[in-house]
Amino acid sequence: MDVILFLVFAILAVACAINVVVQTHPISSALSLVGVMCSLAVLYLLLGAEFIAAAQVIVYAGAIMVLFVFVIMLLNAGAEVRKGRSVMAQTLGAPLLVALLGLMAYFVQRLFPRGDSVRFGGFTGGSALDIGRALFTTYLLPFEVTSILILIAIIGAVVLARKELE
Amino acid sequence: MNAVPISWFLTLSAVLFVLGVAGFVFRRNIITVFMSIELMLNAVNLSFVTFSYQLKKVDGHLFTFFVMVVAAAEAAVGLAIILTVFKNRSSLNIDDVDTMKD
Repeated sequence: MDVILFLVFAILAVACAINVVVQTHPISSALSLVGVMCSLAVLYLLLGAEFIAAAQVIVYAGAIMVLFVFVIMLLNAGAEVRKGRSVMAQTLGAPLLVALLGLMAYFVQRLFPRGDSVRFGGFTGGSALDIGRALFTTYLLPFEVTSILILIAIIGAVVLARKELE
Repeated sequence: MNAVPISWFLTLSAVLFVLGVAGFVFRRNIITVFMSIELMLNAVNLSFVTFSYQLKKVDGHLFTFFVMVVAAAEAAVGLAIILTVFKNRSSLNIDDVDTMKD
């Protein structure tokens, strides 16, 4: 059951991710990215990260992607124009990416040989209670710094997007 | 066989990351490039949660949480920058943003 669940949503995530890269229209890419994020949320649930799964759907698929779609609509972004790209990128790009993937997959297989496996319900320490407890004790300082980061981001966004006064 | 090997999750993470890199390198639309960055961040988040499961500790979830917060801040500022670039150049193609090349 776990394997079927994993395979279904992993294939969905990879298919949507390929669609993100392949689609020429940004709005199609954005909607595919929502698909990737929702399937990742299911995989987080499988790993026992219920709070993170909820946050993934609310923050990523909800807030951030709405911001993206909003900007795409605002700028009236059309399909991307294909221009001549360099010979180097055409010939070396795909092989180098495949090499990167092969290298990462090789190290994963070497470092995590069979034996370790994920079972639904095998880890139950990811509830909102546990996250909150860790967040407000061990990670209190990073949490406070994060609030300053968000304040800076708000000010930065307002300053960048404002209309210049003549 | 009722359990998924840890390495499958990590391989999925690697695949998503490489797809994000591919989008970042090959695409020319500035918004799509930005979305590829989000895809890479998501791939890394999956690794964090997987390691958190393997070590049976909640710390990986916290890192994922912080990555999400930083991604939200980055999206807000990045999209504001994209708006400004579009206002100044009326183009979303990153090949047109080459002032520093000259």
